Amino acid sequence: MPSLGADMEAGTLVEWHVKPGDSFERGDVVAVVETDKGLVEVEIWEGGTIDALLVKPGTKVPVGTVLATTTTQPTEAPRAPSPEPRVQASPAARQLARERGIDLAKIHGTGPHGAITRDDVEKAPHAAPAVVPSPAAPSPAPPPAPTAAAPGIDTAAMRRAIAAAMARSKREIPHYYLSIDVDVGPATAWLEAENTRRPVTERVLFAALLLKATALAAREVPEVNGFFVDGAFRPAGEIHVGVGVSLRQGGLVAPAIHDVDRKSLVEIQAELRDLVARVRAGRLRSSEMTDPTLTVTNLGDQGVASVFGVIYPPQVALVGFGRVLERPWASGGMLGVRPVVTATLSADHRASDGHRGGLFLAALARRLQKPEEL
Amino acid sequence: MSPKSRPEIREAVLGALSSVAPELDPTTLDPKQPLREQLDLDSMDFLNFAVALHAALGVDVPERDYAKIATLDGSIEYVSAKLAGA
Repeated sequence: MPSLGADMEAGTLVEWHVKPGDSFERGDVVAVVETDKGLVEVEIWEGGTIDALLVKPGTKVPVGTVLATTTTQPTEAPRAPSPEPRVQASPAARQLARERGIDLAKIHGTGPHGAITRDDVEKAPHAAPAVVPSPAAPSPAPPPAPTAAAPGIDTAAMRRAIAAAMARSKREIPHYYLSIDVDVGPATAWLEAENTRRPVTERVLFAALLLKATALAAREVPEVNGFFVDGAFRPAGEIHVGVGVSLRQGGLVAPAIHDVDRKSLVEIQAELRDLVARVRAGRLRSSEMTDPTLTVTNLGDQGVASVFGVIYPPQVALVGFGRVLERPWASGGMLGVRPVVTATLSADHRASDGHRGGLFLAALARRLQKPEEL
Repeated sequence: MSPKSRPEIREAVLGALSSVAPELDPTTLDPKQPLREQLDLDSMDFLNFAVALHAALGVDVPERDYAKIATLDGSIEYVSAKLAGA
């Protein structure tokens, strides 16, 4: 059972998409798992063949449980975010090893065919104490799903999961907070002109510009992009931006859009639209849940002027955007009225300091002045 | 696109809204109050509403006209005018 977030302890195997003897490619969805945050399509990171399915649909098992045994085949292009060498290990073991900075190649696996299990990683030398678990909570009988609820989403369980992650964040992470007001006149004017030329199905939201500008700024100041694990900051090699998406029936998830810094605005917009639709339908993919290296939350639609968010551990920063408001704005000795957005940074003081955080916000503001280069 | 009556347009607009806000109850929706507030629509929802209107009725709503479809009545009026060639 893969760990699909720092707050996940167990999951229910809902269905298999494969059977013994089936071959699969890296990135294929092999199963669907129900978590506190909805149904998640579990992808596999190596090509190979299914040997045996060990968990039956409908069974709830702890994170780290081996769901199936496989015979894997080396591939030429390893999954980019995974720094581990190609050894057989369960997804939970890989996740835990990544969080603790442990080299999987140095661990003796005790699972099927010598696969490394989460338990093996737990017992590995120099392993940090286990992630503080969320308090055990009784599982209430599933209430009748309201008509507006997405399938597979238990809002009470989701609230508990959010509570556990946010409490851990505030307990462990020394946050510091910065903000900057940004004149987004050039960006909004450019976007309006762009969207005028586009059919409605290809329009780009301002949120896509904010995501791209954030990713490019993170490339300049990498201390905000990565994880704090095993007592040290570990910068991420890629920029996978977690996007805070609220559910209509309440609750929040922040799945990743991958490699935002390398994608066009049109690509980001398309992925954002797809992501929001699948979040609200309760169908995310495992990589989207586990891969964010930095999170962005945007509460502008709610009329909020600014938001200082809580970092999702083990990430080290969260960027917030408020509403674009017309405000008095002095520039070049002249006072005018400009559309302005307040961008904020909540950052982990163990990974960066205010000076670097300030440079990040300055880079973000600068990027938004040249929207045509985003 | 064949001419449509106002009830048909209303039905189509409600259908487009339902696609982004499945909990929509037409009996409690105030046709003169902003849809964003009544249905908790965000920018993505509103874009999807515009896309759904286009798919259902062939009406393209440019961004500068979003304010005109901010309410149910406004949406019906806007679409009616567009379909009539205004």
